[in-house]
This record gives sequence, structure tokens and C-alpha cells, in this order.
Amino acid sequence: MAAIEKNHDYHMVEPSPWPFVMSVAIFVMLIGAIAWMQDWTPWVFFIGLAGLLYTMYTWWSDVVKEANDGVSHTPVVQIHHRYGMMLFIASEVMFFVAWFWGYFDAFFRWDDVEQYTRMEVTGGHWPLNGVELFDPFHLPLFNTLILLTSGTTVTWAHHALLEGDRKGLRWGLVLTVALGALFTYVQFLEYTHAGFSFTGNLYGSAFVMATGFHGFHVLIGTIFLLVCLLRAERGHFTPERHLGFEFAAWYWHFVDVVWLFLFASIYVWGSWGVALSH
Amino acid sequence: MANTAHLEAQATGHDHASHDHHTPTGWRRWVYSTNHKDIGIMYLVFSIIAGVIGGLLSGAMRLELQEPGIQIFHGLAAMAYGLEGDSAIDAGKHMFNVFVSAHALIMVFFTVMPATMGGFANYFAPLMIGAPDTAFPRINNIAFWLLPPALLLTVLSMFFEGPSGMLGFGGGWTAYPPLATSGHPGPSTDFVIFSLHVAGVSSILGAINLITTILNMRAPGMTLHKMPLFAWSVLVTAFLLLLALPVLAGAITMMLTDRNFGTTFFNPEGGGDPILYQHLFWFFGHPEVYIMILPGFGIISHIVATFSRKPVFGYMAMAYAMVAIGFVGFVVWAHHMYTTGLSLDVQRYFVAATMVIAVPTGVKIFSWIATMWGGSITFRTPMLWAIGFIFLFTVGGVTGVVLANAGADRALHDTYYVVAHFHYVLSLGAVFSIFAGWYYWFPKMFGYMYSEFLGKLHFWVMFVGVNLIFFPQHFLGLAGMPRRYVDYPDAFALWNRVSSIGYYITFVALVIFFYATWEAVRKKRLAGDNPWGDGATTLEWTLSSPPPFHQFTTLPKIDSKDAH
Repeated sequence: MAAIEKNHDYHMVEPSPWPFVMSVAIFVMLIGAIAWMQDWTPWVFFIGLAGLLYTMYTWWSDVVKEANDGVSHTPVVQIHHRYGMMLFIASEVMFFVAWFWGYFDAFFRWDDVEQYTRMEVTGGHWPLNGVELFDPFHLPLFNTLILLTSGTTVTWAHHALLEGDRKGLRWGLVLTVALGALFTYVQFLEYTHAGFSFTGNLYGSAFVMATGFHGFHVLIGTIFLLVCLLRAERGHFTPERHLGFEFAAWYWHFVDVVWLFLFASIYVWGSWGVALSH
Repeated sequence: MANTAHLEAQATGHDHASHDHHTPTGWRRWVYSTNHKDIGIMYLVFSIIAGVIGGLLSGAMRLELQEPGIQIFHGLAAMAYGLEGDSAIDAGKHMFNVFVSAHALIMVFFTVMPATMGGFANYFAPLMIGAPDTAFPRINNIAFWLLPPALLLTVLSMFFEGPSGMLGFGGGWTAYPPLATSGHPGPSTDFVIFSLHVAGVSSILGAINLITTILNMRAPGMTLHKMPLFAWSVLVTAFLLLLALPVLAGAITMMLTDRNFGTTFFNPEGGGDPILYQHLFWFFGHPEVYIMILPGFGIISHIVATFSRKPVFGYMAMAYAMVAIGFVGFVVWAHHMYTTGLSLDVQRYFVAATMVIAVPTGVKIFSWIATMWGGSITFRTPMLWAIGFIFLFTVGGVTGVVLANAGADRALHDTYYVVAHFHYVLSLGAVFSIFAGWYYWFPKMFGYMYSEFLGKLHFWVMFVGVNLIFFPQHFLGLAGMPRRYVDYPDAFALWNRVSSIGYYITFVALVIFFYATWEAVRKKRLAGDNPWGDGATTLEWTLSSPPPFHQFTTLPKIDSKDAH
């Protein structure tokens, strides 16, 4: 068939090998994960992971090319992308709901007398046996300030972009990425000083998995912003059109808000009125 | 705004817009597809394949349960593991539960969901709203292509160690700990967990695509309140998928780390709480059952209206009843957990909230009946399936109201009454709606008419078969027969035998289904654009059968006076 004559603004996407290749890579990676967890070999996992990362790169490269070709991303298609990103973030929020639920199950129900095995292990008091809580106004507060500051620097970058101020955009993004990396480093420091174990007790499990998945999202957000920095340097963004940047900023704010909830509920509320050792 | 942007696009990018892109042919057309209709067809084929696997697994279960005592599973275990005597019997008992688990997972995630939210939603939601394709065609394609690996992971789980020395995961589709954790130290559970992760990612991506398409790509003039009810049902269902599946992903990730990395979310020996898993699972699981039935509601509305030659009765109430079911569906989850030691206040709340769902559901049932009332009804094959759906779904709905009572559930929990209830709403409700949609849209998708005789024969044989399978299971459950056991006392023999005979009849019905499909494709009776006449008013009937590779290259305009 020759060219598709279309009288509408929707983007009729060309056939693409990447969805299929990516699903194969994911399959290999998960089989590899099982093999690794069974102590057979880690290599299958890494082969699958490499395939996944490669496909992410090629697929998104195609999207970036389409964004720059001047015809594919019409105004209505840009609205599609906004909807898509918002819906993706909504599903991410629900993913964190599960981890908060796990934490609050421990926090609200440590005195549930019907669960006597659990009571024996936890001691029926808060903090649970074998758990020494962090002082929320030490490293955690520092990290909160880092993230809040990074929220302002990304907004600075955004306004610079809107004003056509390339230098401001660059330095706003560089600072945001640096603050993101600093947050990850401080979080790593905090883990090494934890007064509880990741394994063998519910508090450690809930704490590390909830903050760990948050940290993983910080890492993703940092990479997303780094990609935006590279794209900004190549002149992909204009004051009128910069959806990739906006989505990175949305994602960054989402990660920020999740942290505020973690900080408020796990660090502050969880240690409220508890004697902290130091 | 759209028009000027279009002109700009024409002016600035003419070279690109007019370069040759050929319709892909051969395997690339399917594997690299970015076409919603092709992807929809792949989903339907996948669903049929998975349905056959799931149906054969249940066949082994009915063969086993046909008589008291262990009939076939010790033999299957002997063949699979080379065991003999008592150890073969023990392995056979586990294998029965493996079959139960795989049957459920395959039917839920790989048969019903791919057929409704994959096949029909992909193919027909864009057509009904007058869109040329979906919003994110590549995401649409990966949502499909993640399913074969997910199915493969579930099937593979049957061949890896579960409990010590035995193969396969036997913890049911709910996968409660501790059975799914310390009860299954082998890796088979990890296969199931990853299978659900992948299927979940697929569903979330599909949901994002469908929501964006429906909210953003409706033809000019088609407001939400003029949108066909099937598109409404897909929109509501997609929101349920988007918000429910991530919670399942969290729950099974906790299970994965509990099993492999020493966390203790569900392990009381580390202060964990097995009931936490049930809360998380059912927070997903209850919306999940509406995910399976809501698209069916949409399909049935169109078929009843088409073959009554009347617009559907109470359009607005029908649309918002689905929205209400979607909302309330998120706050009733613990009615699956009455026997876990919930406080009485919590149980009272969940009883009341669950009963509330009967109200919007009743709105739908009575509106379908009111649509037929005074219409000029033709009993073509899709209409038979639709009326069968309304009848059988109502039976399942009524037993659901029974089970909503925490008191009654004390006696009925985990009995065959529950099995009968959810098979009435799913394998007689959702599956009937899928067959209704299949016969209704078969002429549109493939361009050929099916044989009315074979379609009706398929319906009647299946109607008798499935009722014979599942109606007696109410009696078995009321008499106290528990689910998920390979054997039972002699007192339950009669109705189990009847149930198994029902399976054979259903099997014949499915043979008729395949023959009817083959016959329709072979005889090539051209269907024409609209074989159903004036009653079929939605946009897909304005297109050729099958529709062109890219439809609506000029968007249709919806007149403000058009009926839905």
C-alpha cells in the first residue's frame, strides 16, 4: 500500500520490532532471575537485563526521533502523551500503596492479640523487638531537604526553559541530577547504619522495601533527568515543546511526594515519642 | 486547533508524511504490529489457545472427581515422576491442586482478560468511538507480546519443584502464604509470581493505552455521554486494571522477597502477618472479578439493543451503573476474608458494602430486560448468548448476595457453593459474553457469516453442559463439600457424577464451536457491512467487513441527534 492519506492529526505509528524484542528480553531476564535465586547462574539474568536496557534505548530513540521530525507529535498526540504519563504515575502510586500498607500493618497492629506468634516475636510493643529506629531529624531530614531543594532546582530549569534561557536550563538540570545522586548516596549511608536487619523482622522488611523501592525510583528519575540534560544540550527542547522534560519533572515531583509520605509516616510518626539512642 | 495543526504538519513535513510505508506482510505484520485490529486478533487467538489449555486442565479435574476415590491423578503422577504406590498417590494429590491452580490462573489472566480487554476492546473500542487506531500502538503491541511469556511462565511452573520432591505450584490462584511460601520451597512459585508480574505489566500498559484512546480520540461530536456502552465498559475496566494490578504487583513482590531474600512480610516468625497478603491480594482480586465481567456488560448491552431493534433502555443509568460498580468494587475486598478473624464491625461494613453492589447490577439486569420489552426481537445466535448471559449471570449474582452475608459464609466458605457461584458469573457469565461478542462481531472481523444453525447448536449444547456442571455444585457446597480436594466421601458421588457428565457435554459444545468457526471460514458466505440491520447503530457497522487496514482516515462526525 502506498502512503496512507490521512485527514486527521493522529500519529499512525510504523510497525516496530521493539515491543516483541523487549518482551523476549523480559522473559529471559525473569528466567535468569529464577536461575540466580536458585544459585544456578547469574548470567542469564544479566543477558536478559542487557536486552531490556538495549530495547529501552532503541525504542525511546525512535520516540525521540518522532518528537523531532516535526509531524508525528501533533498537539493531540502531545495530549495523548500527557494522559499516558499521568496514568503511568497513577499506577506507580498504587504500587507504593502496597508498600505503605505493609508498613502500616506492622505499625497499627503490633498489639493485635489474636496474632500471638507475631506478638511473641515483636514483643507486643513499638518499636518491635530488635529494632532501633532512626532519628528522623538527622539524616532523614537532611535527605528531605535535598529532595525538596531538587524540586526547586527542577522548577528553576523549567522556568529557564520557558524563558529560552539555555544556561539556566543546563545548570538547573545539572544541580537536580547532582542532588538526586546525593540523595541516593545519603540513603545508602543510612542503610549501612541501620539499627535493624532487613531480614527476619517485619519492620526491617517493610522499611527497606518501601524506602528501597523509593530509592530505585529516585535512580530512575535521576537517569530520566540526565537524559533530559543530554537532550537539552542537543537542542531538542524549545520553550513551546518539551514534553520529555515536563514528564521528567512530573516524575521527579511524584518521587518527591512519595518521599514526603515515607518521611512523615515511617520516620517521624513511626518514632514519635520513642526514645532514640544517640 | 486540530485543523490548523494539521495544516502546519502538512506544510512542514510533507516529505515525511508521503514517504512510502507499506502495509507489512508475512510474520512482520503480526510480530511488529502497530495495528489495533491485528493486535486484537492476536489477543483472541491467544485467548482461544489458553482457553483450550485451561479447559483441558479442568477436564482432568472432572475426570478425577467423577467418582469417589482417586481415579487418574496417581496414574498421571506415576507417569510424570515415575513413582509407584503410596508415593504416587501423594504426588497425585498435589498434582490435582497444581491443575486447579493452573486452570484458574490460565482462565483468569490468559483467557477471559485477553479476550475481553485484549481482543474485543482493542478491536472494537477504537471503531466504536470513530478512531483510526489506539493512542499508543507500540505499547498496545507489547501489552500483547508480554502475554505469551507470562503464559509460558505459568505453564513452566508446573514442571519445576514446588513442595519438596513434587512438581508444580498447588497454592491456588490466590497463592496464600504460608502454603505459597514455606509450603512450596521449590522455584515453581517464583515462576507463578513472575508470570503474574508480566501479565500485570501487560494489563497496566494496555489500560493506559485504552484509557488515553477513549478519553482523547473520540470522533468529533462524540461526547462521553454519546459514547457506546461497550466503550464505557472498557474505560471503567481499564481504570480498575490501572489501579488494582500495581497492588498485586506489590503483594507478590513481598512474597518473592519473603521466599528468596529473607524478608518477613507474611511470616509470623519474623513478626509478619499472613493476613496482610490476603488484604493486598483481595484489594486487587475483587476489582479483578469486575475486570472480567464489565466488558461483558458492554457487549451484552449492544447485542440486546441490536436484536430488539431498540436503543438500550436507560443509557445514562447503564453507563453510571458500571462506574458505580467500579468504585464500590474497590471497597468490598474483605468479603473474601470473613473467616480470617476480622472484627465484627469490619465484617458488618463489608457485608453492607458488598450488598450495595447488587443495586447497580440490578439496574443493568432490569435495563436489559426493559430494552427487550416491546422490542421486535430476533433470536439470532448472539442474542441467544446474550439472553443466556443475563439469565446465568443473574443466578451467579444472586448466590453472590447469599455469600456476601458473613454469617452464611461461615458455612459456605471454601465449599463448592463458592465454586458454583463464581463459575456462574465467570465461566457462564463472562465466557457467555465472550461467545456473544464472538458471534456478534465475527462477520465484522472476518467478513464471513457463521452458520446460524451451528451457532445455535453451540449455544444450546453449551448451555445444557455448563449448567449441568455447575448447578449441582451448589448442592455439593450446601452439603459441605470443600473445594480443592482430590477426593470426597461417597455421599457426594451423585452430583459429582452429574457435574462430570456436564463437562463432557461442554466439551462437545467446544468442538462445535471450532467446527462452526472452520465452517464459516471455509464456506465464505459474505457478511456485508451490516448483517444485523437497523438495530446495529454503532460506528463499526458503517465500515466494510473486515474493516480496512486503517479505518477512518477522515474522521466521522457525530450528529448531536444520533442515538448511542
